[in-house]
This record gives sequence, structure tokens and C-alpha cells, in this order.
Amino acid sequence: MSFLTISHLEKAFGSNLVVKDFNLEVAKGEFISLLGPSGCGKTTVLRMVAGFETPTSGSITIGGQEVTGLKANARNIGMMFQAYALFPNLTVADNVAFGLKVKGVPRAERESRVSEMLNLIGLAEMAGRFPFQLSGGQQQRVALARALAPSPRVLLLDEPLSALDAKVRVSLRNEIREIQQRLGITTIFVTHDQEEAMSISDRIVVMNAGIADQVGSPFEIYNRPTTRFVANFVGTLNTFAVKVEDSAAGKVRLGGALLTLPPGLSAGMGAEMAIALRPEALRLGREPGYETVIKGWIEEVHFMGSIIRLRARVAGELVVMDTFNRADQPPPVPGTEVEISLSGKDAIILNG
Amino acid sequence: MTRFFAWFALIFGCLYFLLPLVGMTEFSLKMRRGEYSFDAYRRVFEDQRFWDTFGYSLALSAATIVVGVLLVVPTAYWVRLKLPQARPFVEFVTLLPLVIPAIVLVFGYIRLYNTSSVLPLTGSAFGTDFLLTMGYTTLALPYMYRSVDTGLRTIDVATLTEAAQSLGAGWITILARIILPNVMVAVLSGAFLTLAIVLGEFTMAALLNRPAFGPFMQLLGANRAYEPPALAVIAFAITWGCMGLMQLVTRLSKHERAKA
Repeated sequence: MSFLTISHLEKAFGSNLVVKDFNLEVAKGEFISLLGPSGCGKTTVLRMVAGFETPTSGSITIGGQEVTGLKANARNIGMMFQAYALFPNLTVADNVAFGLKVKGVPRAERESRVSEMLNLIGLAEMAGRFPFQLSGGQQQRVALARALAPSPRVLLLDEPLSALDAKVRVSLRNEIREIQQRLGITTIFVTHDQEEAMSISDRIVVMNAGIADQVGSPFEIYNRPTTRFVANFVGTLNTFAVKVEDSAAGKVRLGGALLTLPPGLSAGMGAEMAIALRPEALRLGREPGYETVIKGWIEEVHFMGSIIRLRARVAGELVVMDTFNRADQPPPVPGTEVEISLSGKDAIILNG
Repeated sequence: MTRFFAWFALIFGCLYFLLPLVGMTEFSLKMRRGEYSFDAYRRVFEDQRFWDTFGYSLALSAATIVVGVLLVVPTAYWVRLKLPQARPFVEFVTLLPLVIPAIVLVFGYIRLYNTSSVLPLTGSAFGTDFLLTMGYTTLALPYMYRSVDTGLRTIDVATLTEAAQSLGAGWITILARIILPNVMVAVLSGAFLTLAIVLGEFTMAALLNRPAFGPFMQLLGANRAYEPPALAVIAFAITWGCMGLMQLVTRLSKHERAKA
């Protein structure tokens, strides 16, 4: 049963249609990420749910209540902003209490809720401080507590981690996810960072030019992208030109090797098409259980700690492959000829 | 060489502004022949008209500040939030009092609101005071608007508004609890400028025949020798006192320290 339903939502600014026929059903307690490049319309969708933008057409329903025409302050939605947006004139405790005060919650109840929220984010000892006395990460945690204090029906996160440094970003995103799961609050998270989206979401909506290109779990989005845009936008891809040998059996020819693709091949016999393989689907050396082995020449080696990213030239094309670091096996040096194992079952069929 | 000119310009500037003040203050202390005294000041303070006119102008400046804040803060906020394209026009309108002389404005008022008009505001003391307050608000508009607009520039008006809205706040709550406290120093700076304008204003008060401080200063200046400079020194002291208060408020409001 869907808790938040967005139906045929469209938004035009003048003649520019920035959100086109957007549909989404979000279950209660689900964490959904809107992922896409800048200008794809993800923030506009979020702002329409929040009530800050009026849709040109379509409808938004929360818990069975149509909210499309409702003012932002009547929707009972919590929101976190990229720029923290804490009220500079109020202390941490007063910031968290703001929504409760507006609601007319009695003082005793308000104070207990504020203290509960500050304990939740681990900043109880900072209650009397002003926002300028906090670090970016602390400010954003206060913003989370403030958004959650009035018990909103939906929590909206508008790139809340973008302004933070890498380490804080990772710890805060884990904290947000943990609190979201603990409270079971329905959440929509807007980001352009695929790693961020994949690590904390139940489902991801990949948006392109105002359209929801694909909706699915992080696993589905990464491993089974349904459009070329999603395949290219999420993760790194190695694209290979192949020729269909037997469409019923899903067999294609890549150079001299024959690969068996996963079900879903629609191209006819003899057709030329493209398949893609993720960097981790290519294995360095001759690996048992892999369909074929091709030759390549190492051009670049990037040591990234637990992962080593290699760039190799294969049949004139540059491919990227990831391999785990092993202390007893140094990575190949650039210029080395190597064997690369691959399988058709790992391939992504690129349609369109 | 550059440093020499910098010091020269600074010293010249200081002398240019300070010498007349020093001269005026010195003259105000010379009422008693052959020695310095505060006689002129004592005379001013002993004059009941000083207290009456000063009190009247102070009350009217308070009313002007209230009207100005109620008019300017929501306007500047709304222009920043929803009508940024209208900003040049609003700025032009707020600058008009600088190019339209007060005498033109007050004659307009007298023609429009005289006792034989549809709205005979000049027919009663309260009506005339109301008219004078509106006139003062107009005169102070350029200073009040610029102060508030500059204050609004230091905060992220749009995001703070949206954050407050998402927490259930309506426009009045947002203005009163979020916007106004965050531009309070700017509002105070506009308020003190308004106070200085109202205390010194002569034309409107004289032509509307109200017992304000400006006409009193003019009257004293036309008939006495030592009291007018004493009065001018008092007026300066009030203005500087206000500026000092402004600094104090800035330092005392904790959240403002972040901007410093």
C-alpha cells in the first residue's frame, strides 16, 4: 500500500518543462533517493512535494490526503536543506523546538521532545549553543532533529550532505539512515552522488531531463539498468560492440569469442549492438568459470587501497577493471600484456 | 610617499569635521564672560519648551520608527523573496524623498488633507500628528529601506523562509520570529537614523504648525547667541549616544557575533 503517491506530476517554468509525467509510489517507512545530474528536475519534484513549487499538472497524495493544493506550512513535512538553514538567532534547543512552538505544543511536552531529539542526534550538551558555534556536520544534525521534532509524515532531504567534507558525509549519511529506520519515517532524498544514493536507499529513482528513467533497488539499478542513460550514469561501464549470432539463445560474438547474454536480447540475428560490463565483471588473468579470455595491455594503474583500478587497451578500446588488493600480489605495471576473463552473464544489454 | 598622503588625508579629514565641532562646543561654553561654564546648557535645560518639544519629537520619532519598520521590513522581505525583478523600481521609489523637497511634500499634504477636504486631517492635533508621522516616515524611507535591505542581504532569506514554512510557520510568524530578529541590528540602525532625521526636521513641523524640536531649535537660533550651539551639541550627543547604543546592541546579541 502506497503512503506517498505522485501521479503524472509535471512542472513548467515558462516554456521549459522541467518535470515530465513523473510517477512514484512510496511505501510507509521507505527511503527513496532521487538521483540524477544537475538540472534533471529532482529538486523540483522534491520542492513540489514540500509545497514550495506548484505543479503545472498532476497530483501528490500523502497518507490518502491530496496535498497538491495545500500550502507548505499545512503539509506536516520535515525538510533538511543543503545550506543547513538553521535559524541564526535561535539556540540549538530553540531551533529544534521551533516547529513544536508553532504547533502550540505545551512547554513541558516541548522540552521533553527537544531533549529526546537532541539525544537522538547525540548533541544534548550543545542545546544552548548558537548555530555559528557548531561545525557543518553538527549543524546538519541539528537540522535533522529540527525537521523530525514535530513528527512529520514525510522527511525530505535536499542534498543535505553536499556541503560537508568526505568523512563527515559518510558518517552523517549512516546516521541519517539509522535514525530513519529507527523512526520508520518515509523519506525522499535528493542527491547527485550515486554512491550516497546506493548506500542508504531502499529504492532509487534515476532521473534524466525531467523523466524518471528507472525506479528500482540499488542492486537492480546498478546491475540491470534499463536505459543507456542509467547504465552510463550509475557506476562505470565498459562498452563493447558485438554481433548477434543466435538471438533465441542470447549468443553474441565479441571479436573471436562467443558470449551468452542474460535473457532479454531483442536484436535479431546478425544485428550489431552494444553490451556493457562493469569494471568488477572483468577479471585479471585466466579465471575458472568465466566464458572467455581476451588479451589486453595495461595502460594505467590506480592504487586506491582495498581496490586497484586498472585501465587496459583491449581491441583498440580502453576498458576499466577493478581488482581487490592482495598483499602477496603486486598490481601489473603499465605496458604489461595481460589476460582478461569475462562472461556474457555479467553483461548489460544496452537498448536505445 | 603614499603613506604620507594617507596620513595627510586622514588628518585633514579629521580637522575638517572636528574643528567646527570644537569651535561650536567652545563657543557654547563661553556664555559667562571670561570663563568657561555650562550656563548655556543650564538655560536650555531650564526652558520648559525644550522638554516639551523634545518629548513631542521623541514620541513622533517612536511612531515613525514603528510605521517605518511595519512598512519597510515586510516590503524589503517580500521584494527579496518573491519580486527580485521589482527591486530597481522599489529602490527608485524609496529614493524619491531625497529628490522631492520636504516643502513640496508638506504643501501637497496641506492641499490634500486641509479642513475643507474629504479627509480633513489638519483639522485636529491628532490628525496633524498622524500626517506628520507619515511625512517623517516618507523622509526616513531611503535610510530605513537601505538599512533593512542590507540586513536581509546577510541572511539566506529564501531558505530560512522555506525551513520555517516546512515547520508549519505562517508569514507573520516567519517575519516576527525569524526575519526581524535576524535583521534587528539593521532595523535599529535605520531606527536611529530616523530618530536623527525626526529630531532635526524643521520644514514639515513648522508648516503643519506642530510643537516639534526642529522649529524650537530654529526659534532659539534666531533669538539667542549661546543656547543654539549648546542645543546643537546636545543634539550631536543624542545622535552619538544612539550610535553607541547600536554598537552595544550588536555586541550584546550573541548570534550577531557570527557575522562580525
